[in-house]
Amino acid sequence: MSLASVNLVTVEPASGRRRTRLDPALAGIGAVLVLLVLAAVLAPLIAPYSPDQGNILIANAPPSPAHLLGTDAVGRDIVSRLIYGARLSLLGPALIIALATTAGVTLAISAVWIGGWYDVVVSRVLDLLFAIPGLLVAIIAVAVLGTGLIAPVLALSLAYTPYIARVLRSVALRERRLAYIESVQLAGFSGWAICLRHLLPNVMPLIRAQATLAFGAALVDLAAISYLGLGVQPPTPEWGIMVSDGQASLLNGYPLESISAGFLIVVVVVLVNLLGDRFAIRAEEAG
Amino acid sequence: MRSVLRIIGTAAGTLLAASLVIYGALALAPGDPATELAGPRATPRLIAQIRHQYGLDRPLPVRYWSWLTGAVHGNFGISLQFRESVSALLAPRLPVTLELVAYASVIIFVFGLGLGLLPSLSARLNVLVTVTAGVGIAVPTFVAALVLVEVFALKLGWFPAVGTGTGFAGQVEHLTLPAFALAFSWAAYVAQISRASVREQQGREHVTTARGRGLPSPLVFRRHVLRNAAMPIVTVSGLTVAGLIAGSIVVETAFGIGGLGSLLVQSVSAKDNNVVLAISMILVVAFVLATTLSDLAHLALDPRIRASARS
Repeated sequence: MSLASVNLVTVEPASGRRRTRLDPALAGIGAVLVLLVLAAVLAPLIAPYSPDQGNILIANAPPSPAHLLGTDAVGRDIVSRLIYGARLSLLGPALIIALATTAGVTLAISAVWIGGWYDVVVSRVLDLLFAIPGLLVAIIAVAVLGTGLIAPVLALSLAYTPYIARVLRSVALRERRLAYIESVQLAGFSGWAICLRHLLPNVMPLIRAQATLAFGAALVDLAAISYLGLGVQPPTPEWGIMVSDGQASLLNGYPLESISAGFLIVVVVVLVNLLGDRFAIRAEEAG
Repeated sequence: MRSVLRIIGTAAGTLLAASLVIYGALALAPGDPATELAGPRATPRLIAQIRHQYGLDRPLPVRYWSWLTGAVHGNFGISLQFRESVSALLAPRLPVTLELVAYASVIIFVFGLGLGLLPSLSARLNVLVTVTAGVGIAVPTFVAALVLVEVFALKLGWFPAVGTGTGFAGQVEHLTLPAFALAFSWAAYVAQISRASVREQQGREHVTTARGRGLPSPLVFRRHVLRNAAMPIVTVSGLTVAGLIAGSIVVETAFGIGGLGSLLVQSVSAKDNNVVLAISMILVVAFVLATTLSDLAHLALDPRIRASARS
C-alpha cells in the first residue's frame, strides 16, 4: 500500500505541471464569464438607470450617449434591463445545474456501487426521463404548480439529471472495476469513504464537463419558458422576457430590445459551450 | 427479432409510465376543475353535481383507467376553455404542427448534412464549418425566429411575418420562416456531429488501405466513410426530431401559428388540463416514436448490434 502511494506521488508533479500551464483561450472565456457574473451581482452599482421605471415620453428612443441601446416600449433603459436581467437569467440555470448535478452524481455513483436491481431501476428511470425534452417537462410542471421561477427550475433540474447521470454511470462503472478500488476495499475502507474519496474525485473532470455543457442548454430552456410567458412574469427584468416584450416593438420597427437580449443569450451559451468542450477534452485526457 | 421486440416493449413501457406520471401530476395539481366549470356563483350542490357528471368523484386509479382507455380510442375528454371535445380541437391543428416539423426536417437534412459534409471536400472549410455550427447551436429557437422576422420579413419583405396562409403555396410561404427558425440550431448540431463523424472515419485504417489500393475517392467515401459515419448521424436524427417537436411549441407561439404547441401554451395559461394532458401525451408519443425508430435503424444498419443481441 505505502509503496503504491509513493509511486502515485512521483507521478503527480508531471500532471500537476501540465494543469498549471495557462490555456489562453480558456482564460479569456473564463474572464468574460466572470465579468458577466460580476455585472449581474453589482447591477445596482453598474446599471445607469432603474430597470423598472421608465419615462413614457422617451419610449422606443434610439441609441444615444444617455441610453446606449435606447429605450423599450415604455421608456425603460435597455442596457439597465439587460444588466439586471443577467441576475435571474444566470441564477436560474445555475440552480438547475446545481440540483441536477447533485441528483445525477448521487444516482450514478450509488447505482454503480450498489448495483443489482437498484442499478436497473435507476437506469430505467433515467432512460425514461431522457426520452422527454426538458421544455415539455417544464411546461407540464408549470401546468401543475403555476408560473414563476420554482416550477420550471425544479422541472428542468429533473430533466437534466439523466444528462449528468447517464454518462457518469458508464464511466464510473469502468472506474469501479479498476484494481485500486478493490485494493482500498480490501484495506477495509467503507463504501462511503471509497465513493467520496476515490471514485468521485476520479470522475470529477467528467462531471465538470457535463455540468458546464448542460448549463448552456438549461439557460436556453429556461429563457424559452420565460419567453412563452410561463416563467417569471413581466416586468421582472430577464432576457427571455425581454425578447418576448420586445417582439411587438420589433414588428413596429424597433428591434433593439429583442435583438440585444437574444444576442446576450447566444454569447453566453457560445462561451459556456466552448468552456464545456475544453473541459470535455481534459476529461478525456484524464480518463 | 428478439431485440426488435425488446425495443418495442421498452417504448410501450415508457409511454405507459409517462402517461401515469403526467396524469397523476395534473390530477394532483391545486385547483378544482369542477369549481372552475361551475363558475364564480355556483352553489356547493351544483359543484357536486358537475363533479359527479364528469366522474371527478371517482378514485384516481379508476379515473386514470377510463382516461387511458378513452385516449387509446382518440377520446381525450372536454376542453374547459372551449367547451368542446379535445379531439375536435386538436384535429385541425395536428397537421399544421406535422407540416412545420416535416419542413424543418427537410431543411436540416439539406443544410445540416450538407454543411457537415463540406469539409470532406476541402479541408480548408473545416474551420468555417466548425465556427458556424458552434455559434448556430447556441441560438435559441425564439431568437432565431425574431432575427429571421427582422431580416427576411421586415427588412427584405420576402416572407410574411405571422399567420398560416391559405392554399399549398400560401402555406409553404407562411411556414418558411418558422421552419427555418425551428431548424436553425438543430441543423448546426447535425452539421457538427456529421463533420466530426466523417472526419473520424476518414482517419481510420481501412479507409487508408482502400485508398492505398487505388480505389477512386468517391467510391471510398461512399462505401467506407459515409456508411460507418452514418451511425452517430442516425442517433442524432432521433434526438433531432424529438427536439423539433419540443421546439415547435416555441416557434408556433412566436409566429402565431395555430398548431398543437401554441394551443399547449395557451391551455397551460388557461388551466385547461384535459388539453394539456392530451397534447403532452401526443408529444411524448412522438418523442418515443422518434427514438424507437432510430434504435431500430441502428439495428438495421449495424450487423454487430444484431449479433451481440443474439448472443
